[in-house]
Amino acid sequence: MNNGHTAFLNEVASIPACDKINECVQCGVCSGSCTTAEHWEYTPRKIIAMVRAGMKDEVLNSNSIWYCVSCYLCNARCPRDIKPANIMHALEAIALKGGYKPPTKTTTMYRSFARSIEKNGRIYEFGFMLEYFLKTNPFAALKMLPLALSLLTHKRMPLLPKVVKGTDQLNKMFHNITTGGSR
Amino acid sequence: MRYYAYYPGCSMEATGAPVEKAIHAIAKPLDIELMELEDWTCCGSSPFSGVDKVKAMAITARVLAQAEKTGLDLVTPCSSCYTILREANQLMKEDHKLAWQVHEALVSVGLSYNGTVNIRHIVEVIYNDVGLEALAAKVNRPLTGLKVACYHGCQQVRPDYGFDDSELPDWLDRMAKSLGAEPVYFPLKARCCGSSLVISETDMAVDLIHKLLQNAQENGAQCIVSTTCPLCHTALDAYQSKVNSKFKTKYNLPVLAISQFIAIALGLDFKASALEYNIVSPRKLLAPYFSGKASLAKAESAT
Repeated sequence: MNNGHTAFLNEVASIPACDKINECVQCGVCSGSCTTAEHWEYTPRKIIAMVRAGMKDEVLNSNSIWYCVSCYLCNARCPRDIKPANIMHALEAIALKGGYKPPTKTTTMYRSFARSIEKNGRIYEFGFMLEYFLKTNPFAALKMLPLALSLLTHKRMPLLPKVVKGTDQLNKMFHNITTGGSR
Repeated sequence: MRYYAYYPGCSMEATGAPVEKAIHAIAKPLDIELMELEDWTCCGSSPFSGVDKVKAMAITARVLAQAEKTGLDLVTPCSSCYTILREANQLMKEDHKLAWQVHEALVSVGLSYNGTVNIRHIVEVIYNDVGLEALAAKVNRPLTGLKVACYHGCQQVRPDYGFDDSELPDWLDRMAKSLGAEPVYFPLKARCCGSSLVISETDMAVDLIHKLLQNAQENGAQCIVSTTCPLCHTALDAYQSKVNSKFKTKYNLPVLAISQFIAIALGLDFKASALEYNIVSPRKLLAPYFSGKASLAKAESAT
């Protein structure tokens, strides 16, 4: 096997909870169980086969993994306990880190979500959704307006963020991580 | 009185208000004291770990470090937080490199985590620690005759925690029964509501919510009793109007979190049960119970 093939597989297999990918027997229980499989360009079983075949760009440029809703049916049913859901999320992280631009809006949603945490310490639901819609499709925000209003009138959508003191601690911890710790 | 460290999770301050307010209302009557962690932050969450795994683990570890100081079990009502916290706890034991990075980050702000926290879902605590017999003994307003579909959702039972069944759980059914209600057959009770992608893949999530509502109604449910997960509750309650406009349906199924359902059965009033926060109003459905007419009818039929 050439190096290019195994490099991607090894990268995935070295991620915690993804180390059993080599034990997949391609039975397809994950694809058959998947809540959203009809939307996937390649089903979970295929994605796993493609990772093992070293098809990095095909996997990371597809919309497939981004449809995982974390329902964990695949994990619960997998006869080899390879944890397909964890593999999909690990692939998401590799795609974002590698600068891939798969055809999905979920990448933007993830980034807006992460920024909200870094800024406020907690998820500020209204702010994060507003940022997401402004970045993707402001007209879609209009379609969400009735829902947002009903949440607002039922006191379930505070318009201001609650910034916690813990945010300072978080930022110090993040700084420690990005600078490689004390050593 | 039993004491627990309590981690509500971010959604409980906004969309999860009905679930959360009812939890606080029932805690004392159930003899449990939930001591909220001071100045808690996000649990780490799956979108964040998709963007940066180590930072996400560090956030989770900060929550766990705070909980460890209390020496108590850490209880959360959010199924998503529950999964994230448990996975991180496990991962730090298995991945030493990751654990070291996280440890260094914690030390830089004067914290440490030794991996001793026991993370629990509030539904599991009510089922195992309070118990169904004690729950039934506290009922002042039995929900007799009410047909309910009990929605457990995904992450309360999956990945397999080894407590309730991971595909056809029945803890909520048993709880509803001990409060006097009649759980209906509901095969989709642990299928996904799609709420983790409800913002970016709204259409897909609405399809999933539609299936759940359809399955509950077809089997004769008058309302849904949901787990305490604020994401599940909001998907089923707030997005019902989206389902109706997409599928030209007329669903009007109130969605009561189990915390609200227990509050009603304990005898708390409409407001104290946090029912005013529900978007699909349960007022009409519950009127006979609040006016006492339902129990009157039951007493008459018994004599």
